[in-house]
Amino acid sequence: MDRALIDTLAAAKADHQPVVVVTDLADGGKSLIENGVGIGEIAIDEEILAASAEALRNDKSRTLDAADGRRLFLHVFNPPLRLFVIGAVHIAQSLAPISALMGYDVTVIDPRTSFATADRFPGVKLTHEWPDEALTDLKPDARSAIVTLTHDPKLDDPALHSALNSECFYIGCLGSQRTHALRVKRLQQAEFSNVQIDRIHGPVGLNIGAKSPPEIAISIMAEITSRLRRSAG
Amino acid sequence: MAADAESLMISSEEVMRQAASWKDAGKGVAIATVVTTWGSSPRPVGSQLIVSDLQEMLGSVSGGCIEGAVVTEAQDVISTGVPKLLDFSIADDDARAVGLACGGKVEVFVERLT
Repeated sequence: MDRALIDTLAAAKADHQPVVVVTDLADGGKSLIENGVGIGEIAIDEEILAASAEALRNDKSRTLDAADGRRLFLHVFNPPLRLFVIGAVHIAQSLAPISALMGYDVTVIDPRTSFATADRFPGVKLTHEWPDEALTDLKPDARSAIVTLTHDPKLDDPALHSALNSECFYIGCLGSQRTHALRVKRLQQAEFSNVQIDRIHGPVGLNIGAKSPPEIAISIMAEITSRLRRSAG
Repeated sequence: MAADAESLMISSEEVMRQAASWKDAGKGVAIATVVTTWGSSPRPVGSQLIVSDLQEMLGSVSGGCIEGAVVTEAQDVISTGVPKLLDFSIADDDARAVGLACGGKVEVFVERLT
């Protein structure tokens, strides 16, 4: 393994860039796959690309017995999973610990300082910035999920504008069908395309009949998990 | 076991940073990576242990049962530059002896940092 690869991996991590290091277990030859492109000593074909994409999605490194007989190791380097919650409301108090258990680095964003307090969110990262400013700083990436819970367009909409302009894998908005229809109308007026707006899951969460805040939190995390783990289509 | 408990807490980035700094200091360095596991093995696929030619080590590829063997094999890899794929079956008795509830099988790839 080349010493320079360590710096490359550190840089990818700093950029929140997912990468796979492919190693030939016969001779130690290596290639790096980034953005679906392989660079290095091992020729990267469709089979390896597909297996690498799946390994990234599952966040699980694995060996691959390639069709040409080579035995390869696909080492996954994923940026951390992050969850950004807009609104330090009751559901957020359940969402924060449940998502943390699932391995998410969670940040609750709410400029209303009486909501986002350490008393209500012990041990949780809180920011009192306006949602769009907070998200500009936090730079959501392809391993980030964003959930808005405030019901207040003044807070939810700026967050949605940032979310729709990011690569985040999940956007969910709390609110009824009717609330969501109004939200869609506002986003259309703000010149977001229907393809962009269709990324939003609203009403938020899988329909499991959730009533209490912890149940709603579980339905949201179930939907996020489904988006994360299932391949597109 | 205190040292093992500590090394389990070290992030993979810290382990790699240490490998780079050993290398930059002129030491021979080998990197050992868990590539497959069967049954219950204490460290997941992708876990890494680094070894220097002064027998220093950081990180882990098991809960402590195979690190000794990996360090020995790593010296060979550092001097020859030829990577090795090591196959360990962690016998139930050995596992119990080191206080692990594993009894699994682990493949570890050891390569020189160049």
